[in-house]
Amino acid sequence: MTDETINVEGAVCAPSLPHTEQIVMGHGAGGRMSHQLIQKMFMPAFQNSALQAGDDAALVLPEHGRLSISTDAHVVFPLFFPGGDIGRLAICGTVNDVAMLGAQPLYITAGFILEEGLPMDTLKRVIESMRAAAEEAGVQIVAGDTKVVQRGKADGLYVTTAGVGVVREGVNISGANAKVGDAVILSGSIGDHGIAVLGARGELGFESAIQSDVAPLNHLIDAMLEVSNNIHVLRDPTRGGLATTLNEIAAQSKIGIMLNEQAISVHPEVNAACEMLGFDPLYVANEGKLIAIVAKEDAEKVLAVMKRTHYGEDAVIIGEVQGSLKGRVLLKTAYGTTRVIDMLAGEMLPRIC
Amino acid sequence: MKYVTEYRDAALVKNVIEEIHRTVTRPWTLMEICGGQTHAIVRHGIDQLLPHQIELVHGPGCPVCVTPLELIDKALEIASRPDVIFCSYGDMLRVPGSKRDLFSIKAQGGDVRVVYSPLDAVTLAQQNPAKQIVFFAIGFETTAPPNVMSVLQAQRLGLKNFSILVSHVRVPPAISAILGSPHNRVQGFLLAGHVCSIMGYWEYPPLVEKYKIPMAVTGFEPLDVAQGILTTVQLLEAGKVEVANAYQRAVTLEGLKPAQDAINKVFMECDRKWRGIGEIPMSGWGLRPEFDQFNAEKRFDVDAIRAEESPLCIAGQILQGLKKPHDCSAFGKQCTPDNPLGATMVSSEGACAAYYRYRE
Repeated sequence: MTDETINVEGAVCAPSLPHTEQIVMGHGAGGRMSHQLIQKMFMPAFQNSALQAGDDAALVLPEHGRLSISTDAHVVFPLFFPGGDIGRLAICGTVNDVAMLGAQPLYITAGFILEEGLPMDTLKRVIESMRAAAEEAGVQIVAGDTKVVQRGKADGLYVTTAGVGVVREGVNISGANAKVGDAVILSGSIGDHGIAVLGARGELGFESAIQSDVAPLNHLIDAMLEVSNNIHVLRDPTRGGLATTLNEIAAQSKIGIMLNEQAISVHPEVNAACEMLGFDPLYVANEGKLIAIVAKEDAEKVLAVMKRTHYGEDAVIIGEVQGSLKGRVLLKTAYGTTRVIDMLAGEMLPRIC
Repeated sequence: MKYVTEYRDAALVKNVIEEIHRTVTRPWTLMEICGGQTHAIVRHGIDQLLPHQIELVHGPGCPVCVTPLELIDKALEIASRPDVIFCSYGDMLRVPGSKRDLFSIKAQGGDVRVVYSPLDAVTLAQQNPAKQIVFFAIGFETTAPPNVMSVLQAQRLGLKNFSILVSHVRVPPAISAILGSPHNRVQGFLLAGHVCSIMGYWEYPPLVEKYKIPMAVTGFEPLDVAQGILTTVQLLEAGKVEVANAYQRAVTLEGLKPAQDAINKVFMECDRKWRGIGEIPMSGWGLRPEFDQFNAEKRFDVDAIRAEESPLCIAGQILQGLKKPHDCSAFGKQCTPDNPLGATMVSSEGACAAYYRYRE
């Protein structure tokens, strides 16, 4: 800038920098910068009338029937990993939780905690990913909030989401509804998400091609509910893995579950990573799988329709609900022996050797 | 997975199990020394397939379980220092010391990190010259080569901020202690295949000779474990007292000479306390005096730390094969994986944790 270009009319402060490259504290102060961030970054991606009204809350038409409501906080590190990112995870996680009651998810809200210095481009990629996931799931992001915290007080960005859906007429799905004789169906292979994230953190010590399975499962659930009124339990085995989720169901329904180890599918790469690190795939997180506990007479019908969908093509019956051993999950091994499958105790820890 | 799936083949395992049934004529008590084998046996339910005459008792071969309380307290003290990055194998984080564990140190601001290899800790030392990097070097002969390599690598790089807290233990003295006990009831041993892949099995014929008990080098997959049991039972039934190798694809008599040389260069034999058992003479490895600068116990003033075990816990008797987890009044009650009283409940290789996790 040369002297000629400076036009001083009295004493004025220098205009503030636009800060379009990275997040600064001002983006969270609630003033013009916050406003611009919302207008430029969030509105174009998530456009819908409820959000664009710009009020303090989203106005939506009341729906008949029962609502399914869920909320979730997402703090995954790194923000981007093979097969997904924090944005897709945030949308899919809440869509899936809402849908697991047999509801059609409709609206999502999102709260962002951004760390000072976060590259604007990173935020943009996350927002775009949320938009794409919301579109795939058929939900609208109708309200949101943005806060900025000082550098070092967050890991780039955190997202909390809440979701609302409408439960279909006549559907009554709950973790407490498993009945003796029901079939336990799993929608695909386990452990992909957990191992993909570990790989992205560089904690595997080797290159891996494992992709996270993060996906919205509501359309899969739609297809299942089309063919059966006898789906008793739906649940997605996220943190704590298949083992922990089945234990929760066994406790809620006061029944026992007997699994067939050979029916549970694990990708060879995931299995290899688990072998090397001393993890058990039964305890590794999934973000695009569901467990369905279905009346025996409907099991094959539900399985067939699942297999025709993209996210359920590898679905398989992995076990059955039993009246004995209430509250416990057992597994029949390839050798005909049985063992108890317990919940994950605390953090999943690699074994020494 | 190549070389894993084949050894989990149900039909092959069934063949070996049937052979065990055909071979056995009398009751026999066998001990698998290694925690990894305990884990495999209970996970796959191999003991459920055996003839009723064969009893498996679980030995003291879980390195996490036998690390003495005192040393864990020393680790906690060092890890809580602001100038330290404390690196450990993952299993050790949950092991309770007298009052706290590494998780609580971490939550209070200590820099505690899980590493998969001690060489990762050496890299951390290079990257953080202003910090002291301490690696918790625990384990049997299996983890000794990487642990001594970290010291040799730190020496080669001239690092002044790297040290290891050593709690190394060795299998042969533990077997001697068990067989020499007046309460011993073990009649045959499954030797730890991974330990023998490093050390060979030349150390065991003198023990076999002295105690007149057969032993079989045994691997970790279901077929390996079944084969190890069959081999030991065949020796027992034939009245043969010798060491057999039932894990030939990984183990030779001599073992890995370069690994043994590296261990001997950095470590020397020393007395070692085993959690729950007590001191076993010359049962451990410690750093040679010429590597004092890499010795965390010397670098940090933790010599005065002393500790006592929970009086309820019978881990010591379990580790010696004298009792089973179900014999403990605290098992599954006061003592669970969420709230372990003793180390056998902490590690996934520990007998109590394996029983809690896999048994009705």
